This record gives sequence, C-alpha cells and structure tokens, in this order.
Amino acid sequence: MSSLLQSRTPSLSFSSSLCSTPVIRPSAFFLKPRSGSRIPVVRAKIREIFMPALSSTMTEGKIVSWIKSEGDVLSKGESVVVVESDKADMDVETFYDGILAAIVVNEGETAPVGTAIGILAETEDEISEAKAKATSQSSSAPSPSAPNVEESSPASKVDAPSPAVAAAPAPTSAPSTPGKVVATPYAKKLAKQHKVDIGKLVGTGPFGRITPEDVEKAAGIKPAPKSNVAVPAASAAPAAVPPKAPASFPEIPGSTVVPFTTMQAAVSKNMVESLSVPTFRVGYPIATDALDALYEKVKPKGVTMTALLAKATAMALAQHPVVNATCKDGKSFTYNSSINIAVAVAINGGLITPVLQDADKLDLYLLSQKWKELVEKARAKQLQPNEYNSGTFTLSNLGMFGVDRFDAILPPGQGAIMAVGASKPTVIADKDGFFSVKNKMLVNVTADHRIIYGADLAAFLQTFSKIIENPESLTM
Amino acid sequence: MSLSLSSPSPITRSDCTAVANAYLCTPRSLRFCGLRREVFESKSLNSLSVSTRLVPCPRDSSFKKVCAALQSNGTPYKGGFDYDLVIIGAGVGGHGAALHAVEKGLKTAILEGDVVGGTCVNRGCVPSKALLAASGRMRELQNEHHMKSFGLQVAAAGYDRQGVADHANNLASKIRSNLTNSMKALGVDILTGTGTILGPQKLKYGKGGSGDTIITAKDIIIATGSVPLVPKGIEVDGKSVITSDHALKLEFVPEWIAIVGSGYIGLEFSDVYTALGSEVTFIEALDQLMPGFDPEIGKLAQRVLINPRKIDYHTGVFASKITPAKDGKPVIIELIDAKTKEPKGTVEVDAALIATGRAPFTQGLGLENINVQTQRGFVPVDERMRVIDANGKLVPHLFCIGDANGKMMLAHAASAQGISVVEQVSGKDHVLNHLSIPAACFTHPEISMVGLTEPQAREKAEKEGFEVSITKTSFKANTKALAENEGEGLAKLIYRPDTGEILGVHIFGLHAADLIHEASNAIAMGTHIQDIKYAVHAHPTLSEVLDELFKSAKVKVNSSSPVVHPVAV
Repeated sequence: MSSLLQSRTPSLSFSSSLCSTPVIRPSAFFLKPRSGSRIPVVRAKIREIFMPALSSTMTEGKIVSWIKSEGDVLSKGESVVVVESDKADMDVETFYDGILAAIVVNEGETAPVGTAIGILAETEDEISEAKAKATSQSSSAPSPSAPNVEESSPASKVDAPSPAVAAAPAPTSAPSTPGKVVATPYAKKLAKQHKVDIGKLVGTGPFGRITPEDVEKAAGIKPAPKSNVAVPAASAAPAAVPPKAPASFPEIPGSTVVPFTTMQAAVSKNMVESLSVPTFRVGYPIATDALDALYEKVKPKGVTMTALLAKATAMALAQHPVVNATCKDGKSFTYNSSINIAVAVAINGGLITPVLQDADKLDLYLLSQKWKELVEKARAKQLQPNEYNSGTFTLSNLGMFGVDRFDAILPPGQGAIMAVGASKPTVIADKDGFFSVKNKMLVNVTADHRIIYGADLAAFLQTFSKIIENPESLTM
Repeated sequence: MSLSLSSPSPITRSDCTAVANAYLCTPRSLRFCGLRREVFESKSLNSLSVSTRLVPCPRDSSFKKVCAALQSNGTPYKGGFDYDLVIIGAGVGGHGAALHAVEKGLKTAILEGDVVGGTCVNRGCVPSKALLAASGRMRELQNEHHMKSFGLQVAAAGYDRQGVADHANNLASKIRSNLTNSMKALGVDILTGTGTILGPQKLKYGKGGSGDTIITAKDIIIATGSVPLVPKGIEVDGKSVITSDHALKLEFVPEWIAIVGSGYIGLEFSDVYTALGSEVTFIEALDQLMPGFDPEIGKLAQRVLINPRKIDYHTGVFASKITPAKDGKPVIIELIDAKTKEPKGTVEVDAALIATGRAPFTQGLGLENINVQTQRGFVPVDERMRVIDANGKLVPHLFCIGDANGKMMLAHAASAQGISVVEQVSGKDHVLNHLSIPAACFTHPEISMVGLTEPQAREKAEKEGFEVSITKTSFKANTKALAENEGEGLAKLIYRPDTGEILGVHIFGLHAADLIHEASNAIAMGTHIQDIKYAVHAHPTLSEVLDELFKSAKVKVNSSSPVVHPVAV
C-alpha cells in the first residue's frame, strides 16, 4: 500500500479571521530597528504574531529559528523568532508580555508578509484557546503540536523562578521526571523536533542513556540512509498508522503515543479523502530484459531507474490522455494539458511526491537531472508547493525492496497511480511451447473508474509494456 | 640562503654615518627578513660574513665588529651584569621579547623550565589550530548539502584519530624547533631550569637544589605564563576528565563530552569534537554562553555554532564536583546553581573537558624576595608592565608580561607586551594600547574582535559623554563568501560618529581571524574611519566585508583629504 502527500490547498492562508477574540493588527511583534513608536494597545488576550516586513522589497520571509518554544513565557522586548529576509537574518522581538501558545509556521518554512506565524496568549488559561485557533487556522498548513503546549507550559511555570534551567533544552522532561532520564544532546534535539516525549523512552545507549537512534525509532524514522543515492520509494511506515480514530481502542499498557508530524498529518488526511473515489485495479506483467540492458548502458550517464520509468509512463500517457485526466466534480473529465509524473518518495518518516513536470517532453538525461534536484530539495525540505502537488499521474516503486506486487491508493485529484514491483527472473512459455527465463515485473495501476474504464487502462498498460520491452525510444 | 634587507627600515648611507659607532647603528637598522619568527633557518648564521657586501656601510672594519657583536648576542651593558635582559619563560611572550631585545642590541638570556614555546606552541593555540584544521575539513566533507551545492560528490568521509592527533603533535614540534632555532641563531642564551628571583636584578636558575646558577641582569622580565585552571571539586584524571593539555593529544574521541566553560577554549573544542562525531554538553557558570563576546556576535555564533549542532547546554550553573569514569560508571558531574548554590542535578557523560580558564603560573618565582604579592596568582603590574610590590611601589628593573600578569591572556598580547618592555629598557618610552590587540576564536566559521564590545562602548560613552554609532555588514552580500558558499556571517563596527574613531570591530564569518587586522591596525595607528574608507580592497575578497563596513559608517566630520601628496597615476 502506498499513500501520498498531496496538499492541494495553497501553502498558507491565515485570512480566516478569528471570531471570538479581538486581534490587533499590525503585528504584536516588531523589529528592533523599528522600536520607536508604540501602537496603542487594545486589550486583547490572544494575539497573532505576524510575519514582519523586514525590507521594502520583502514579500515573504523564512523562519530561520524560533528562539522561544511553545509554552515559553515572553516578556516585552525579548527576541522570539529569527526571520530571514531577502537581505539578512533579523531577530524579531515581542512587544507584549505573554506566553508563546503556538507556533504556526515552523523553522525552515516560509510565510508571506503579514500572515500569522505564531500565537501569543496572555495567560496560561488562554493557551488552549489560542492553540485551538492555531489549529483551525492551519488545518492544511504546518500545524502546531497541541499536546506539547499543555505539557510544557506547566513545566516552564515551574522553571520560571530559577533562570538556570530555563536555558536547558527540553525542559519538558526536567521537572516531571525526578528519576534519571539521561539523553544525549542530539537525542534531545531530535525529540523536540519530532515531538517525542523523551521521558517515556527507554534508552539503549551506554549506561542506559537515550541515544538519537532511540528517539528516531520512537518517532518512526528509519536512521537516514548514509548513501548519496536517493531512494525513490514509498515507505510503508506511515501506512501502518490507522487513518481513522474511532471512539475507543483498548489501552495497551506501555504503548507510546507519537503525534503526527505535519507531513504525516497531511498524508493521513489525503488517505481518508481517497475513500470517496471509486477505484479499481488492473495488473500487467512486463518483461524487463531490454530495459535492464538499457539501464546498464545509461546508468553511467546519471540516468536513474526512476527517470526511465517516469519517461516510459509519460510516453504511454501521451497516447492515452484519459489516463492522465482528472475527475474533479463527478460530472466531467478534466484533461490535463501537461503530463506531470509525481513519484512517491519516502522521507524522514513521511512521504512526499516530487513532480517531474512535462515528463513526456524532457529527454531522459534532463529528466534524471531534474529528478536529482527534486530529491535534493525534498531532503532539504525546500520543495515549492508546485513541485509536489502538480502531478497528473503518480508512480510508486517498491521493487527495490523485493516487493513483487502491491496495490497503491489513488491520491485525490488524480486519475491513476501505478505501483511497480520488482523485476524477477520468471520462467515463460512462448506460443510455440518453448520455455525461457526472462525478467518480468508486475505493474498494477489503480484508477478512478468514474473516468477511466477497464479497457482504457488495459490499452494504456499495453502501450506502456511495449515501451518497456522496446525501450530504445526512451533515449530519443 | 642569503640575507636581505627588510623594507621598513632600509639601511641608508646616512643612517650609518650619522651614528659613528656602527655597533649602535647596526642593531637598529640591520634587519633580517624572516628572522623574527619561525621561518628562520640556522644556516643563515653562516652567511652573516657575506653580508658585508650587502650592507652599504662605509667602514668595513667596524662592520666586522658588528657581526661579532651580533653573534655574541650583544655585550653586556656596563655595570657588571651578566646580562642586559633575562627573560623567565620561553613562551611566545618571552620569545618575542628576546628577539626584539637582540635587535636592540641587548645581551639577552631566556630561561625555560619546561619546553621552549610555552603553552601556545605546545599545549594551546598551535596544536589546537591543527585539530581545528582537520576537523573543519571533516565537517565540510560531511556536509553533503554544502558539497552538493558546489556540485561535488564525496563518498563517506572518515578520519583516523591517530592521524589527526599526529598532525597536531607534528605541528607543535615543528613550531617549537623553529622558535628555538630563531633564538639560537640570534645568539640568545637559552638557559634550562626554573628561575627564581633572589633580589633586585639577581636570580638563580637550575633544577633546584645546590646545582643552581646565580646570574645578574640589568632588567628581568617574568613571562612564566599560565596553566589550565581546574576549579575545586574537580578531579582531573587525564583520561575521562581532562584539560586542554590532554584534549590536544586527542587520545580518544568520546561519544559524549561535557565541556565546562564556553569561552574560546571550550568553543574551539566543541567545534573539534562535534566535527569528529561527538555530542557536546556545555556547562557555563554565567547566564549566557560565550560570555566574553559582543552579545550580538555571541547570539549569531550560538545560532550557527551551537543550535544546529549536536550540542546542548546548562547555563548559570557550576560544576561543583566531577568524578572521573571508573568502576563501569560514566563521568558524573554535579551541578549547582551559580548564584544560590542549590543542587541542580547531575550530568552523566563519557568525558569532561575542563575549560574554565587559565591560572597564572607564578609559584616558586621568589616574588617574596622582592616583596611582591600576587593577586589570585597574577603578578600586579602597571600599564608599562612594571611590577608593583606589596606597598604599591614599582619594583625597579622588573617587568611581567603575558598570562602571568593577567592583563590580556593571549599569546600575541604577551609578545606585544614583551616588545613594549624592551622598548622601554632600551630607552624609549612605550605604552601598549591593549584595545588594539585583536582576539580570535578559530571555530568554523571564525570569530574575531578588537577593541570594545557594544555594551562596553556604550558604558564608556555614557561616562565620557560622547555618542556611539553601530554599523553592520553581512557576509551574505560578499562575492567571495558566496563563492565559497559561506554567506553566514556578520561584521560589526562600533565607532564615534563625531570623530570617526573606531571603538571596536567584531567579525563572525569565514576567515574572520584574518580579517580583523585591518581594524586592529587602524586602532593601533589611530586611523579614523573617514580616512580608512578610501583604502582600496581587492575584488572579490572577503576583506570587502570590512571595506563596506567602513564605508557604511556615518561620520559627521569632513573627511581629511585622502591623498596627502599629489600622485601621478
């Protein structure tokens, strides 16, 4: 099973006004250089922190780092967040006392000038309200972690009188566990990043300390592969998470609850949405000896199997536009003008689908080049929305794990997805009764039956198989 | 090898004739390029005789006398002393003083109880630079994103601990022998043993006991330096609880090391250890990391050097007790609040590095014989490095330079103080401007500074009633920095807008340690911003960061004319 992150909503929209509580614009936050005049204060309990305009040319800003964490008590004039503009990094300081209730835009993410990047609550009682607001604001965008706020706010209250501990990272675990919790600095950083409660982990390192690996395991991350080669594979990890949470499951003692990361939450949402589309599946065996031979030949030139498959798919789609179409309203076909192949990539416990745009028009080498860039960007979390949500057809390949066949879930907004299994030596009897051994792989396409019918898919697969079995055209 | 005349003070005919006695003339005017520092090779001594034809000296015979005088390291000044100058301690400070003393024609001896080169060369700046060079490359090679942005591919980078350690050790011995040779070549007497002052202008040296030799000197410089400071309650075993002395040998790379103290030493070691794969926990007694730095630079440095790395920290706490790893237990560090002294829990790590500063090494110097009382171990001195006795009076003919006086615990500061002292004893008054001495921390990227920090400048401005302005430039706008993919950095200038005086410059960024000298020289020479802003910088170089910095300053006085004399161009 494969699942996809497909955020179709525009990256960040905080236009929704906050109903219950008054909010002051402009931002409650100012830059140091501008700290001249003060905006008259209307009594407001919950304030938004806006992305400031750091220069006249700035339209959006990137959060370099949050100096304060959710739950931290802020006092007037303190630096709260570091914002990178087109010119430099600048500290943004608060103009009000309060508690940083929620971080809406996380570190490394970008937000347009004037949008809310965080929520400031005046007292602890309002944290949950502020938090709820933050969640409602950013259902699709980076969401703050609700449980964390509640956990860490009492902690910081305890810390407040003693300045010493305040600077120590992960204050969450400090007061709540008087017993020894020994975690290495990097383990603590990871725990904070992935919102893992370090107090609940059992360390496997020397002297029973919690190591970075322990945290990664708890967060459901496989240790990052050291190799430079990108693995274009859909990981099964997030798929194991049940998408729906019905009323009650029996509590199993000793279990650890790890909240979804933003990406995992988006995957979950998409998976539930996919249930509304009537899909069906068609499988097809394809001989790959010729493709394997070609791959060996072009591999030294930097061509990856992903690029080969994407190119072949795009060429087949060009001949079967309906498979590249989308059903948007249940009443019509939407034929897409370009063929954009999204390829599922497992990344840090999540899943993302970088898109090879116009895959039918680019040659194999350009496509491989493009793919490398996309993977690099995905790893650095720098993919732009149109680089992961503009796909018209998705490719998912678990072949390298030895999976011989699987069945992909159709991501909302697309007509079809192809699941590629491993190529394996198979005994084949030809029409004259001769046996031979050929490499065969099974591909399995899931499609939206409202627009794509069985015969359409079969014809598409036949074309695809011809291209794979006679791959010379791929290099043209 | 041949001798060449150094350009700053070329010997001119008139120079020599003006001073009839060539002996007096020569030491001032005859300068050997490269002799001052480590690059000197002893071979050059033999070639001194051929220098006759290189030096346009009118009287051949007197020049030969000069050579003889030089070779015998000057003749003692009349007055019956064994030496004109005896320096106790052959570290960088003593070395700098000795070379300058010979240049001034003083008969000089240097006493060393341990190894030539002192802390800097053997257990400090020098070997640590070797470790930082190796680990800096390691960090760069491991940063896939950084390499990819150059279009480079590097397969799993790895290191050999012993190889890195050897590099540091080899560098230290090389610099040590260079230092020794440069003094030997000039004929400085290197006396082995610890020195003890017996009375005014009199001291003994040797291994202690009856075998000691007593010598007299017109002037004596104490340059005994410092040792790592280990606070009470900390047990250093040299294996799991170590000081920088041990850490520089890099006998092992712990998985997790606590560094007590986040000053220069601690910060540099955190750079080394994290690049080599360790995780680091800082323990800092003050409320902020990197307390000595300009707050803004410290904040940026923390954002770049601490936060993204595998480092965490406890601030506002003392390590009250550190027990080395033994009996299958890790190193245990007990923390107490720096102010309230309440227990603040414990930290368990694989190793602990004590980098809490350095303590002066002044024991056994015999200071009591001349009624001098140390203050927390430091020898009290005035602004001319003259030692002050218990009654607040100057001790004649006795000076103290470097870490032992605690004015500015930097190798090059010691050397500068030594040169200043030699200037004084050879009859020229000289006061060293400590605000012009730069300091650097060789992390990746580097941090450097000269003069006042912003809070210091503001305090001074308030007291003296002048205005302070600040201007900053970013490495992000510098072509060379961007070509190196090292755009992270900031240069900050603190100045007086009314006069254009430079009060302080702080740099964080690629090669900051090399960049600071334009600013420190300007402060030393008293150059003002309105003048230096016309100096030309090669493009594209990192030095343009400073160029822009000076140009962005808003000085209210009219700039003096950039070119004093018309120059045909």
